This record gives sequence, structure tokens and C-alpha cells, in this order.
Amino acid sequence: MTQNKWYKKLYISTILAFLYMPIAVLIIYSFNGSKSRTVWSGFSFKWYIELFQDKLIMHSLLNTLIVGLIASVLATILGTAAAVGIYAYRNKVLRSAVMNVTYMPILNPEIVMGVSLLLLFVYAKEKMYVPIELGLTTLIIAHVTFCTPYVILNVLPKLRQMDKNTYEAAMDLGCNPFQSFFKVVVPEIMPGIVTGFLLALTYSIDDFIISYFVSSGATQTLPVTIGSMVRKRISPKINALSTIIFVVVLVVLLIVNFVGAEKEKASMKKVKGGSFR
Amino acid sequence: MKKSSLFSLPYIVWSFIFVVIPMLLVIVFAFTTTDGQFTIENISQVSTYTPVFVRSIWLAFLSTVICLILGYPMAFIMSRALPYNRRTLVMLIMLPMWINFLLRTFAWMTLLENNGVINSLITMLGFKPLRMINTQGAVILGMVYNYLPFMIMPLYSVMTKIDNSVIEAAQDLGASSINTFVRVIIPLSLPGITTGITMVFIPAISTFIISRMLGGGSNMLIGDLIDTKFLGNAYNPNLGSAISLVLMVFVLLFMSVLNQFDTSEEKEGMVI
Amino acid sequence: MKKFSLILTFIMLFTFLTVPAYAAEYTDDIETHPFDMEYYTKYKGQDLTLNVYNWGEYISDGSDDTLNINEAFEELTGIKVIYSTFDTNESLYAKLKTGGSSYDVIIPSDYMVSRMIEEELIQPINFDNVPNFKYIDEAYVNPSYDPENKYSVPYTWGTVGLIYNTELIDANEEIDSWSVMWSEAYRGNVLMFGNSKDAYGIAFKMLGYPINAESEEQIEKATELLKEQKPILQAYVMDEIFDKMTGEEAIIAPYYAGDALTMISDNPKLDFVIPKEGSNIFTDAMCIPTDAKNKELAEMYINFMLEPPVGLANIEYIGYSTANTAVFDLLDDETKNNPISYPDKELLANCEYFYHLDPELAALMDEKWTEVLTSDEHYNEMLMPMLLVFCVVLSITLNVVRSIRKKKNQ
Repeated sequence: MTQNKWYKKLYISTILAFLYMPIAVLIIYSFNGSKSRTVWSGFSFKWYIELFQDKLIMHSLLNTLIVGLIASVLATILGTAAAVGIYAYRNKVLRSAVMNVTYMPILNPEIVMGVSLLLLFVYAKEKMYVPIELGLTTLIIAHVTFCTPYVILNVLPKLRQMDKNTYEAAMDLGCNPFQSFFKVVVPEIMPGIVTGFLLALTYSIDDFIISYFVSSGATQTLPVTIGSMVRKRISPKINALSTIIFVVVLVVLLIVNFVGAEKEKASMKKVKGGSFR
Repeated sequence: MKKSSLFSLPYIVWSFIFVVIPMLLVIVFAFTTTDGQFTIENISQVSTYTPVFVRSIWLAFLSTVICLILGYPMAFIMSRALPYNRRTLVMLIMLPMWINFLLRTFAWMTLLENNGVINSLITMLGFKPLRMINTQGAVILGMVYNYLPFMIMPLYSVMTKIDNSVIEAAQDLGASSINTFVRVIIPLSLPGITTGITMVFIPAISTFIISRMLGGGSNMLIGDLIDTKFLGNAYNPNLGSAISLVLMVFVLLFMSVLNQFDTSEEKEGMVI
Repeated sequence: MKKFSLILTFIMLFTFLTVPAYAAEYTDDIETHPFDMEYYTKYKGQDLTLNVYNWGEYISDGSDDTLNINEAFEELTGIKVIYSTFDTNESLYAKLKTGGSSYDVIIPSDYMVSRMIEEELIQPINFDNVPNFKYIDEAYVNPSYDPENKYSVPYTWGTVGLIYNTELIDANEEIDSWSVMWSEAYRGNVLMFGNSKDAYGIAFKMLGYPINAESEEQIEKATELLKEQKPILQAYVMDEIFDKMTGEEAIIAPYYAGDALTMISDNPKLDFVIPKEGSNIFTDAMCIPTDAKNKELAEMYINFMLEPPVGLANIEYIGYSTANTAVFDLLDDETKNNPISYPDKELLANCEYFYHLDPELAALMDEKWTEVLTSDEHYNEMLMPMLLVFCVVLSITLNVVRSIRKKKNQ
């Protein structure tokens, strides 16, 4: 199954070329001397210098990070608790009702989600006099709302894989419910929580459509700023920023990958006595 | 463990306020005038946008099919690769998603334009330049490009669970490789296929901006339409809500049809 | 034009004669400009912020060694500026209308100003706090969109015209009419506005109608004309025009005069003309939303924008035309005499402002615009309902089949 035929290699490289072609263009034009997106006029670092002087971009980058971190932490807490609760439901109707609501933000078109939240916030302010303004708060609320289901859906399977008896054993051995929860259940489902958190963070940082509806002009996240630039003229500063983000992510992933591979090699050696090919 | 069901209470309250109530608001807006009077005019007016709906559904359908065809072999190769190669490939597929989709789509403009990168290469080789930008093909390409990883990842995660010995057993029992593929691999990867279709079709049908950037403005999709009703130059939240409602109903119906093919009892993590 | 400079000279002389102490009242250098320090430092040290909401790329921001206006304002007054941008008048309107966010200074265009006045989204400005309003050219005081000039201060003005590539058009052809956008010779090389207002504006002018629709019939006629044009077009776009024209992707496109100047400086092969049928003249004006939190700060900001060196730096950066006589005076002769920025009075007489349309006509125009964009496809209106019913039936059938199968298995 693993022999590398030429057509297989060709296929993989075609797909990868397809995925990376625009990114290459993006990176190349971040070094363009002029503002143009199409005309090449010499190599220059000027957009990288101007990037750090651009308040709007830096401000929205900061907003993105703030919203992303707060929202994904909140979503992880809320989602993990919810998953534990849902797992314990005996009532089938209640369970499927809650699960359906959980699927809503994922299955519902993002644009409808954004629109409905916008309607809610405006309605709350105008008709119910809730002092809420479009801005960081509404962004965080919206992001928690669409991130939590991903946490739940990643934690639930881990709960199902867990041996129910361990929890009861801990109780029998004298732990109170909270102790047994934090000492027994949480470590078991940790991989699910971590994946859920990372997924929530990724989705939050990358979200454009929902943020576009619930942000105000003064507190935009990076994707929203890019969105309004795309409609006006995109500045190569954004290309420069993306190049930096791309390189950072690439380096992090390479390190993770390398460490993972080393670990694997080590464990393989133990098992197979060094016969890892 | 009964008490622990209380843990879900905050989440239930949260999703009631921020998921259920907003949905109800969309429905209320769709059925009222600007003065709050009941009306069905908004809903009936949606039918004037039939071409937009048909085009959105058709383009989303095409891109989903193309994603499936392009992504399926990739997922299969990844799931059968050596652990190290496997991780590298997963990384390579996920990495582009870290760059904002607007920017990647924007870069496609540079590639596809009449004087763009691709056409420059073509003319350099002595061929006639192609007209690529501002066509429906370009919109489909944009969608396929943006959502391909969403097709590959669920397929891959389901396929890694298919044991090699099952495939070997089928081959040992005399099945041809086509037979093995159709009778064994496809049925076993069905949950991945349905998740993949969901993950591609739903964002594709509601996308906006992609059509604007690559489709030249005349390939308006539902997403663009809703955008112009809420934040664009045809401000009318009631009509916008009605369009959103129809879109939502359509998508949920589509999901319920699709779910009939998914035999697993409860879906697990969507992406991972 | 001559009249204009005459008036200007007159004003200048007048100032000179009456208040000789103010001989150096304004300069083009922000360092030496005599700012009214008492006025501008009123709120220093109070840690106040000001929310400014402007068009994208519509202020001198310090790039390419220009003046960073917001920073200069912050330095002078100690007020922190939170600056953000919008891309269409309508998205600005929607953001204000849906509430939820508050801005202190916004810069809508003429017709949107009148709409906002009508809907009380903006409030009267206290002109005592905007002494620099005295610089505004008479021609732009009491404009049709704000007849008593209570709500707005002109930021820039400009016209809409045709941008074309002088080397790629037919050498014998003189571009002076909108009709060239319907010409078979340029099939696939013409760009068109991607918003209904500007697109219909062109169609109305082609038909000899006023730029603001007066009847349904006019809209119908214009719709036909726009549909006719569709096969000739390369795309419906907005700011993509910049890249497409300078990169020579397209040959002809309608756009705003100020942006045309930017494009011409990037690609000298381009030129700009206001078609003989007439066109649209627009003013973007600074206004203060009703729910602004810091009205006085907003007025201070508006006043600052009118300071001659500030206005000059801004106009030089943006490339649009100024309504500020002091700024105009500081411009170099080349700009003053540039027919793109400051066209002949005769041509301008042919240009009209947009105003806020009757809602029913506006709704019709919007509906027809969608029709224009989708006109190459025709479907039965029952198709959508039928599709939905089909899905419902399919879903129910599959569910029933499934439950029957389940029962059988048991």
C-alpha cells in the first residue's frame, strides 16, 4: 500500500501546488516595491517596516488575539462542562434537543449566525435597553457561541471512551464528586479538551463572516480589517503580515512535528529494538 | 453521575440566549414589516431572487463534488502513509488555513487575471491567453480552493480507522482492487464522506466576497445578497431575514437528507 | 475658474487690508502654522478618546513621508483618535442605523447626509466651535443636501467620469461620451460600477434623464440599457478598478476624479474625462452622529481638518478636490489648473448631486439592479418553492423508509 508510484507522487504534488500557489504569490508580492498587486517593481522590505507603524492593522491584530484567547478559554470551560453534563443525561429527548442546538451553530450558514446575532444585539439595545455596544464584548460573545460546539464535539467522544467505573472507584475510595472529577475524569478527557481548545482558537482567529456582522468600526479583528481592505485597496502591508504569520506557524508546526517524530522514534526503538526503518 | 448533568446548565442558558433567541428573531423579522406588522410579503419576495438561489446551490454542489473527487484519494493516501509522512501531509494540508481566506482568494485574482501570472506563462509558451477571471469557473475554483481541506480532514480521520487487514482480507477473498474500493473502502468511509460534504457544501452555499472577487460582480450568490440587505447598499433587514430564513431551511433540509446516509448513531468530532 | 480665483483674490485682499496682523494667517507648514493653542489644548491631559469613522484610504496617514493627520491631532490636543474605516455609504448607514456602536465623526456623501438628517442620525454642529468654517468656498456652503448648512462640513468633493487607457483605445476615437461603455469595439474590456446608484446614474445620463430617478418608467428604461451593456462588460467592480486599470487589465472604466489622479500617477497612459452628457458631482462631508459621545471633541477634529496645512496635506494625499479656499490657495499652480480636479464651470453645470431617493423608487431600483446582475438566467418563480417542497418530501420519505427498515430488523 505504501509504495510510491509516479502517478501518486504527481497527484500529491499537484494538490499541494494548488494549495500553495496563491500563498507563494502572496509572499512574493509582500516584497514588491510598489503598491500594485499585479505589477512587479523591484524588491523591497518597505511594507514590513510600514506594517509595524500601521495603527489600524496592529490594533486589529491585538483585538484578534484578545478575542481569540478569551473566547477560546471561555468556550473550552463552557464546552467541557456541557459535555460532562450531556454525557450524564438519562433523558433521551432532552439529550437530542441539546445536541441539536449544539449542531446549530455548526450547520447553520455562518452568515445567518452573524445576522441573527446582530439582530439580537441591536434588539437588546434598542428595545430592552441592555447597555451593550458592538465591540469587544459582542465579538467575544459571538465567538464563544460558535466555538463551544466544537469543544463539546471533541470532548464527548473522549468521555464515551472513558471507563465509567474509574469515576465510581474514585468515589468509593473516598473522593468527593469534585475531587474525583478533577483527578480522574479531567485527565482522561484532556486530549479532547486540548483539541477542542486549539480548534476554537483557530476558528476564532480566522473567523471573518460572523465578526464582520458583530464588530464595530472601532474594534475590528484582523480578518474584518482585511475584509474592508479587500473592498477598498489591499495594502501590501497585509501581505507582509501574512508572510510573518505563515512563517511563525510553519516554524511551530515543524518543531511540533520534529519533536513528535523524535518521540515516536524513541518509543519505536524500545518496542522493536531499533528496527525502525 | 446524575448530578453532573447540572454541569451543562450554563451552556444550555448560553445557547438559549445566543443561539435559539437570535434564530427566533430572524424568523420574527422575516415575517414583519419595518413597523413590526405581520406580513408574508418578505417571504414571497424571496422568489424574485430565484436565479441567485439556483446559482448558489448549483455552484456549491459542483464545488462539493470536485472537492470530493480531488480530496478522496488524498485522504486515502494520507491514511495509508507512514506515520512521519502522514503527519507531514496533515501539516501541509492544514497550513494554508492559517492564512486568511480573503487574502488567499485575493492572490487568486493575481494568478487568474488576463495579464495575470498564469496567462503570462501561457503566452510565454506561445499559446493564446485564457479568459479565467470573472467567470463562474473562477468562483468554483475559489470555493474548491478554500474548502478542500475541510473535505480532506474528516475523510482522513475516518479512513485512519479502517484497518489494513480488512482491505487485505477482501483482497485475499478474491476481490479485485475496484471491487475492494467500492464494496469495502467507500462504505467504511461513508461517515467521513457525509461530514466532508457538510463541511464543504454549507460554507460554499452561503459564502460571500469570493464571488465578488473572482466572479466579477455579476455572479451574485445568496451570501452577497444577504450582505447587501444588512450591511450593503440595499438596507432591508426584514427582507434579509427572510432570505436568511429560506437559506437556513434549505440547508437544514439538505442536512436531514444527508444524514439518512450516515449510519453511525451519533456524530463525533467534526474535523478531528 | 477665473471668477473663482477673482473671488479668492478678493477675499485675500480683503483679509490683508482689514487685518494686516493676520498677514501670515496660514502657511503650508504644520510646524510653523499658528494653531490656536488655547482652543486645541482645552482637553489636554484628560485622557479622552475620539471615534472617527472614515472611508478607507481617505486620509493622509503618514505613508510615503506624508503628514499623519491623526497623529498630529493627537499630539496637538492630547486626545486619542480611534480611527476606523468603512467602504460604502450604505454600510456606514447600516452601522449607524443598527446602533450598537458610537462614532464621533463620520464622513458620508451628500445623499447620505440628507438621508441621515431626515432620520435624525446626525446632529447639528455648533459652528462657534468650528471657526475654520470661514475657509469654506461659498459655492459649497448651504448645499442642496443640507440647505441651511447645520449638519455638515465639506471634506472633499469630486466628479465621476471615464478613465481610459490612451494607448489601448482606438486612435481615431475621442472619448467624450458614456456611450463608449456600450461600444462593441471594447467588448470584454469595460468595467462598470458594482453599485446600483452609480450604475443607474450613468444610465440615466445616457438617456438624458436627471441623475435622480423621477419615475418607474425611467428606471425601467435604464434597466434595459444596463442589461444591453452587460455582454460588453468585463466585470462589475468598485475599488478593484485601481489595480485593473493601472495593470491594464481593462481599457475603460467609470470612476471618481480623485482616484483617477492616483491611477494616472501610477500609470501615465491613463486619462480621465467628464462625458458630455453630464455626470455626478459629489461632496463627502464631515458630520457628527446623534449618539456621539464627545460632540465638542468632534467639532475640534472637524476644525482641525480645515486648518490650511492639514487640509493641504490631506488633499495632496487623497487627490480629491477641496472646498477649502485657504487650502486651494496653497496648492501649486499645476494642481489648481488641473481640469481633472477643478474642471470648467461649464462642465460642472452639467453635473448633478445625488439625493436621497423616494424609498419606493429606491427599492424598485435595487430590485431591478439585482435583475441586471442576474439577467442572463431565467427561472420560473415557482422553482424555489418547488425545490423546498421536494426536499421536505425527500427527507420525510427517507425517514419513513428508515424507520420501517429498523422495525423489520427488530
